[in-house]
Amino acid sequence: MKKSVLLGTLAVAGLAAGAVSAQTLDEVRARGALNCGVTTGLVGFAAPDANGEWEGFDVGVCRAVAAAVLGDSTAVNFVPTTGQTRFTALASGEIDMLARNTTWTFSRDVDLRFEFTGINYYDGQGFMVPRELGVSSAMELDGATVCIQTGTTTELNLADFFSSNNMSYEPVPIETNAEAQQQYLAGACDVYTTDASGLAATRATFEDPSAHVVLPEIISKEPLGPLVRHGDNEWGDIVRWTLNALIAAEELGVTSANVAELAAGTENPEINRLLGSEGDLGGMLGLSSDWAANAISSVGNYGELFEGNIGENTPIGLARGLNAQWTDGGLLYSPPFR
Amino acid sequence: MTNTPSFVRTQMLDPKDPPITEKGAVKWIRENLFSGWLNTILTIVSLYVIYWVLAHILPWSVGGIWNAESLTECREIRDASGIGYDVACWAVIADRWHQLLFGFYPSELYWRPILALILFGVAIAPILFDTAPRKLLIVTAIMPFAAYWLLWGGTIWGPLVTALGFVIGWAVLTYGAATLGALGATIGAIVVPLLYWLLVAGPLSGILGAALPIGIEAVPSDRFGGFMLAIVIGVAGIVMSLPLGIFLALGRQSDLFIINKCSVIFIEVIRGVPLIVWLFTASLLLNYFLPPGTNFDLMLRVIIMVTLFSSAYIAEVVRGGLAALPRGQYEGADSLGLDYWQSMQLIILPQALKISIPGIVSTFIGLFKDTTLVVFIGLLDPIGLSNAIRADSAWNGIYWELFIFIGLCFFIFCFSMSRYSQWLERKLNTGHR
Repeated sequence: MKKSVLLGTLAVAGLAAGAVSAQTLDEVRARGALNCGVTTGLVGFAAPDANGEWEGFDVGVCRAVAAAVLGDSTAVNFVPTTGQTRFTALASGEIDMLARNTTWTFSRDVDLRFEFTGINYYDGQGFMVPRELGVSSAMELDGATVCIQTGTTTELNLADFFSSNNMSYEPVPIETNAEAQQQYLAGACDVYTTDASGLAATRATFEDPSAHVVLPEIISKEPLGPLVRHGDNEWGDIVRWTLNALIAAEELGVTSANVAELAAGTENPEINRLLGSEGDLGGMLGLSSDWAANAISSVGNYGELFEGNIGENTPIGLARGLNAQWTDGGLLYSPPFR
Repeated sequence: MTNTPSFVRTQMLDPKDPPITEKGAVKWIRENLFSGWLNTILTIVSLYVIYWVLAHILPWSVGGIWNAESLTECREIRDASGIGYDVACWAVIADRWHQLLFGFYPSELYWRPILALILFGVAIAPILFDTAPRKLLIVTAIMPFAAYWLLWGGTIWGPLVTALGFVIGWAVLTYGAATLGALGATIGAIVVPLLYWLLVAGPLSGILGAALPIGIEAVPSDRFGGFMLAIVIGVAGIVMSLPLGIFLALGRQSDLFIINKCSVIFIEVIRGVPLIVWLFTASLLLNYFLPPGTNFDLMLRVIIMVTLFSSAYIAEVVRGGLAALPRGQYEGADSLGLDYWQSMQLIILPQALKISIPGIVSTFIGLFKDTTLVVFIGLLDPIGLSNAIRADSAWNGIYWELFIFIGLCFFIFCFSMSRYSQWLERKLNTGHR
């Protein structure tokens, strides 16, 4: 009896969840704000400033979606999520989308029933060592002690890399990035390994950054992107094409400064279609025709977002690298707006 | 008298001071610090250790830099000033203290949580100090609703309509006894308010709110953070878990089968599982069971879980106090013809609670510190905020300053709770010795 009640409850909850997931757009409109899951704090990607306003590269994606859907980039409730709570928060409907430097993997996409709507940052795991060790390649790290965050994919990647190259290492398990920085500076380990963007951010905080080198080897693929729930393809399309609009805008030379001027109409039909002065791409998404123009004018195109938060002029100082446009030898490649 | 021998003094000498080595600080030092070669060595080593620690910490903290925009600027100021050692960068506290204390609460509304804290101090005074005027108990009764309204804001009718439920319950209990009998009145006092809250309260506050829109600016839960979050969760948990825990302890001692078994199962289940698991249950699992679209506030869920968790511990602490009372106290109460509630209220509980004070306060201190666990479900308590502050590229790489500040604040709260409990013990020490 009790079991059947429990199963019934689960079934009802499941049905109701299925019914609700097909109308995320309506829910967001009715609420008047986008619930966007972010990290509780990662340098350059998401952090609250002194006034409590969230800023960062992932935050920019949330704001762009809010601007495209609601026409207001401040209509976002940022929900801080941890590594443990992020997927449940998305699956249960507490948040509408997750933009939390989450690696796109097969099992997350298929088994956890999420839909990755693109890649906003191509990351990869790297190594940092003190310059005085004189190491210039990760292949020379045989026998090194390595500071490594436990329970992450970086731990598994590290084991794979060392065993496939017939090298040995001694792990120094640590819990958080903050702890890792202290341990590494105190000399508890020779090498610190995490995502290359994290290494750059960490190195930038050191007293003497030039005393540490990030080795050239990248030992894993970490494509980070925003994701939504399975089952609401309309909503997934909106998030996917908002991100594509930011990428395409950079390729087409549309910036937050000139978007208003270009939206009036240009010689380039693709810009016209993107910004809504030609065709009805916005209507196909169920949005207004100036959806992309709103997104671009509020957060800028992909390049502006990158330079403003993590680019070479910020303390983090990341080069574009893989995250350059395909025309510049990078991997960013938006499908055509047609 | 004339024959008094000249060698006998007629008057006493003034007492001489003891030798310099036998009095005052010198004596104390000699006896306590240098009484033997082993103690002398230990003293010298200890003095050196103290000196060494202070020599590192004092220049670092006292010479700290308060005016800077970022960690890099702190380092530049330090290098420019030409001192050769590391100094603290307290500028991060100066820049973010309001965030560590209030989270993202709107800064123009800081007076509301502060006023709530002051009112809370007034409200607990008649409970803590028996010299306080009894009329303050009215403030105590109003306080939970006033605090909710001050902190979250919004329409005044919500808390008022909710409070009305308690009045209804009290009215049923007081005036219903004549018609319904004692048991009927007790059950009615529980059932009627519950029905009222479930069915009537929502629409009623809606109607009143539409008719007379009185209220202050609403602040959603996700603006709460820092010590304000820790105190709200901690205080709500403490205030609600004490009565719940006492009832559970009485339930566990009860001879009534169902009440007894329910209490035992509740206590053992809650106590047998770590708090972090309950927090994850509150944050993750409940979402799947609640109907979609219900916005059951995460903070409220956490407060409920923390309350249930600590009430199980309080129950066991109080049960220890109940068990410590001699059998004669129970029998004495019975022999006076007191019924169960009277004997508990007048004889058993005052003694049992007095015995349990250290355990209860210790549980409360533990509960207050355990609120930092909410960082794992994404609430920004002081520790969570320290991570968030470090995620700002201006302050990335700063550790000790933040942790020292947080630790100091926690110490002040916990130490004052501990001192109060010691004072209470001394005051109540009517003694069995």
